[in-house]
Amino acid sequence: MRAPSPRSPLRAVLRNPLGAGSAAVLLLVLAAVLLAPVLRPGGAQSSNILDAYDGAAAGHPFGFDGAGRDELAMLLYGGRATLGEAGLALLIALILGLPLGLCAGYFAGRFDAVGSWAVNLVMALPGMVVLLAARAVLGPTTVVLMVVLGVLIAPSFFRLARGVAADLRGELFIDAARVAGLPAWRILTRHVLVAVRAPVLIQASLVAGVAIGMQAALGFLGISTGVSAPSWGGMLSDAYTSIYTHPILMLWPGLALGLTTAALLLLAVALRDALEDRPGQASARRTRRPEPVRVVPTPAAAAGPARAAARSPLLSIRGLTVAYAGPQGAEREVVHGVDLDVRPGEVLGLVGESGSGKTQTALSVLGLLPLGGRITGGSVLIDGAETVGADERALRRLRGGVVGYVPQEPMSNLDPCFTIGSQLAEPLRAVLGLGRREAAARVLDLLRAVEIADPARVARSYPHEISGGMAQRVLIAGAVSCEPRLLVADEPTTALDVSVQAEILDLLRRLQQDQNLGLLLVTHNLGVVADLCDRVAVMRAGAIVETGEARQILHAPEHEHTRALLDAVLDDAPVRAPWQARPTRSVA
Amino acid sequence: MLAFLARRLAAAVLLLFVISFLSFLLLSLAQVDVARQLLGLQASASAVAHENAALGLDRPLLARYADWLGSAVRGNLGTSWFTGQDVAQTIGQRLPVTLSLVLATTVVTAIASLALGLWAGTRRGVADRIVQILGVAGYALPGFLVTLLIVVVFGVDLKWFPATGYIPITRSFTGWLSTITLPTLALSLGAVAGLSQQVRSAVAAVAAQDYVRTLRARGLSGRSVVLKHVLRGACAPALTVLGLQFVGLLGGAVVVEDIFALPGIGAMTVADTSDGDVPVIMALVMVSVIGVVLINLAVDLLIGLLNPKARLT
Amino acid sequence: MNTDDEERRVNAADEMLLTIDELCVSYRGRGLRTRPRRVLHEVSLGLRPGETLGLVGESGSGKSTIGRAITGLARAESGRIEFAGERVEHADARRRRRLAKDIQMVFQDPYTSLDPALTVGDTLREPLLAQGVPAKQAAARVATLLDRVQLPADAAARLPREFSGGQRQRVAIARALAPDPRLVVCDEPVSALDLTTQRVVLELLLEIQEATGVSYLFISHDLSVVRFLSHRVAVLRDGRIVESGTAAEVTETPQHPYTRRMLLAAPVPDVDRQRERRAAFARARSGAAA
Repeated sequence: MRAPSPRSPLRAVLRNPLGAGSAAVLLLVLAAVLLAPVLRPGGAQSSNILDAYDGAAAGHPFGFDGAGRDELAMLLYGGRATLGEAGLALLIALILGLPLGLCAGYFAGRFDAVGSWAVNLVMALPGMVVLLAARAVLGPTTVVLMVVLGVLIAPSFFRLARGVAADLRGELFIDAARVAGLPAWRILTRHVLVAVRAPVLIQASLVAGVAIGMQAALGFLGISTGVSAPSWGGMLSDAYTSIYTHPILMLWPGLALGLTTAALLLLAVALRDALEDRPGQASARRTRRPEPVRVVPTPAAAAGPARAAARSPLLSIRGLTVAYAGPQGAEREVVHGVDLDVRPGEVLGLVGESGSGKTQTALSVLGLLPLGGRITGGSVLIDGAETVGADERALRRLRGGVVGYVPQEPMSNLDPCFTIGSQLAEPLRAVLGLGRREAAARVLDLLRAVEIADPARVARSYPHEISGGMAQRVLIAGAVSCEPRLLVADEPTTALDVSVQAEILDLLRRLQQDQNLGLLLVTHNLGVVADLCDRVAVMRAGAIVETGEARQILHAPEHEHTRALLDAVLDDAPVRAPWQARPTRSVA
Repeated sequence: MLAFLARRLAAAVLLLFVISFLSFLLLSLAQVDVARQLLGLQASASAVAHENAALGLDRPLLARYADWLGSAVRGNLGTSWFTGQDVAQTIGQRLPVTLSLVLATTVVTAIASLALGLWAGTRRGVADRIVQILGVAGYALPGFLVTLLIVVVFGVDLKWFPATGYIPITRSFTGWLSTITLPTLALSLGAVAGLSQQVRSAVAAVAAQDYVRTLRARGLSGRSVVLKHVLRGACAPALTVLGLQFVGLLGGAVVVEDIFALPGIGAMTVADTSDGDVPVIMALVMVSVIGVVLINLAVDLLIGLLNPKARLT
Repeated sequence: MNTDDEERRVNAADEMLLTIDELCVSYRGRGLRTRPRRVLHEVSLGLRPGETLGLVGESGSGKSTIGRAITGLARAESGRIEFAGERVEHADARRRRRLAKDIQMVFQDPYTSLDPALTVGDTLREPLLAQGVPAKQAAARVATLLDRVQLPADAAARLPREFSGGQRQRVAIARALAPDPRLVVCDEPVSALDLTTQRVVLELLLEIQEATGVSYLFISHDLSVVRFLSHRVAVLRDGRIVESGTAAEVTETPQHPYTRRMLLAAPVPDVDRQRERRAAFARARSGAAA
């Protein structure tokens, strides 16, 4: 079961054994260190050289060090120094980095430019060298060194806060808060600080570990604290001199240091897990990573006798079910037994509202469902071959050469790092086995075929250098590049302006007729259906509610959902009457 | 691309200038009475003043900085106040040690992180968990503690490699290898932990991009898409992190050189900075920062080469 | 005397609530040396109390920028924006806060326009908070608003992620109505919604206007949506108004070839009429090319 109160990540951390364990260790260490004067009122300095290197004795469970000092007392007082100074550095880093980062990200502009430049400058400084130089200049006063260390690690908080705030700045809810009249400081505390709180907590936990490590390293090099004051790093340094004779002395300070930092990092992991489980959090919108799934082969015989009849030779789907992995391994079915046929040269419109499963059905044809999704049953015949449960190699033979795919978003479907020409040439060489020069020539032909005026220039361009409509033409060229007989087009014009949409629809129609393509056209737009489709299947909530000729579906729909869809179309709704003055304004 | 290069170079030079000035300023502000330290407490006031004049410390700050800058750009970093040795020469002797350590570590880190990150990012599941745990552990466990562990286990206990000392590569390659292996291992662990995490998430992010599906829909194999498109897309963020880590490597080298008694820049930093020897400290800071700046420049150029869109900003 | 009063009242009602005069807006490009790009070129328009003005155009036409300039999210480069007789194009933060009482906005994407970490109640209280409304009054107002947009009263305690797109857009509309504004800028408020939801939300907007007399500046790329809700329509292209008139004039007897092409490009869900439209679009296109 999920935690009953999703708004309390702290409770979720403590419920996690990892989180509870590490929190307990940290509390224990902190308590021991804070209570040092009570546990060892004599301090750490009393030594008896006769006890040097002695093992555990009554009242001295950890034995004695090389100078005959009690190891436990050294650990407790050393911990005070190490943890306290690391805490100071962390505090300074937070005070400096967090507000400046938030403001830099939120206000952007000159403030951000100066702030980021300064941070890059600090980050270009090798921390250890600067600390050593600072010690040379400022003297071996630990407090000052920790302030320097705080400044040196402040960029990690600055960058984190700046990144979150800059992301949020583009969010509409920040715009909404501004329009609502909220002053900047209020937006920062109400919206931005809330979003940044969780990642900062995680980062603070990690940085605390780093700061402790740095403090100990300075102590190890004999720099931070004076010779007399104990610290974990200093203890390790002492022990290191006698590593061949008394290696056991390294154990206790090493263990204390390792345990504390490990507890901090595990706490960070637990925090991250707890926070990322909260859906909708702006900073953690990622979905849970599902386990790898393998497609389970389901024989075509699973379909009923009526279904088995009259299967199209090009694309025939029977009883297709698709499920997605949910949290805790439960699967959620999103497509429930879909039957579809696309015959050669036929355009089938797959229509439905968002979440109806139409895109999942289309991607199943390609065998390319997003991570976490899988076909759980049914049969998909392409060109007579069963693809459900087929291995990757068999599917690959069908992709490109038999089935082409036209995606929805033109820009995100082109790799920004490669030229248009090289992206189009790649499948030509891999699938059709063309040589470099032949492929390049064929790319120009393809671009010409999708009515691009200057194919040579476009082939040389990178995706960010062309318009959205042009990019969609390139994607269509890519889809038909290996001369498929079936095209799967997923909302191919939804992201485009209407006039570009009309051109792309014309292009699709011409290609479809010239090459006698079968076309599975996923769309929510009934106008597009009227424009292009021979037959239509209407989907709702993962199932097909009605299939028929386009004319029949649009003009004489049988299912109430199809009628509801048609009724919602505004084209024939009455135009609003002209404005007339109202005498007074009433209040809501 | 040329304009891009020129912009980055100008920014790098500006950065060097600002850091050198700030360091010089801070070092001069410190009230270290160098002449008194050199001459001892018994020296007369006039002798101290004379010594100060000899060191040029009686002149205004800006004039001293201009002098330092003028000779530094000609490769003359001055002489140590305390030993009288030529600073550039001393650094020239020690730099190869640190360079070989840092470069070996960078190569090992880049290769190991790429392999681990790709493995975790494409396979997910157990591989993912392993790299994640390694990542967090390497990030938070203090580097010098890991280094000590490595010395104890491989140097002291198993005696596979010498625990301390350095043999130059010019004298014996195998000798060099045996003395550099443990330090490189110690220095790489943390870096690999961080970078492999980065590669992993970059690979996962690119693999989830729409264009990867579109390319696969055209009949390209998953492997060729990963090797060509996913890797290239993931390289830019990974390189950025590698550049940032280089700064950390320099700091790590200080500790590692100290523990393994390697005669490099890092060990020199620990030994020679305690007494406020301004020419030496300035030289050390500048050498480190130049290293960082060069690496960042190289990273920027590589990213510009890999991703044409990055050249615009 | 009596007729004088009558006349003045008519004139007052005929007076513009919002007047935009030769407004120019430029966006600074990314990077240091890129020149600013002008997205609005001397745009002028007016909006009367209780009226809906539809702004229609394709992407990059500058239609959203007009809305952002009115609400202060984009900076006017030159020209005037007058609201209720007051110049507002360079209002400072303090005046903006006061203006927020009268000018509100509904955004396109109901998924990102609500803070995922705030409850619906907190979101609705936000504009009231900015106006300094006491907590008790604000709570009562939240209840009224939820009722106004036909959401259950217990919605206030829930987080946005528990609602569908259409319901979220109702929350966004309620937020805009919270301070009882005189003008709501609606920036593509239904284009992220499904067809059936879209219609319900449009009808809600219509009904609210009938009841409260609020004015809408309604921005959309979809002519069929615009004509359903707008008294008057202005067509934008590349930052300029190419045509404006009553909804019937613009969408039934368009004068400008660009408007005509846009109308013909939108497919209708009727096989035969769409075939005619397609042919007409092809003619218009070749005509434009010639």
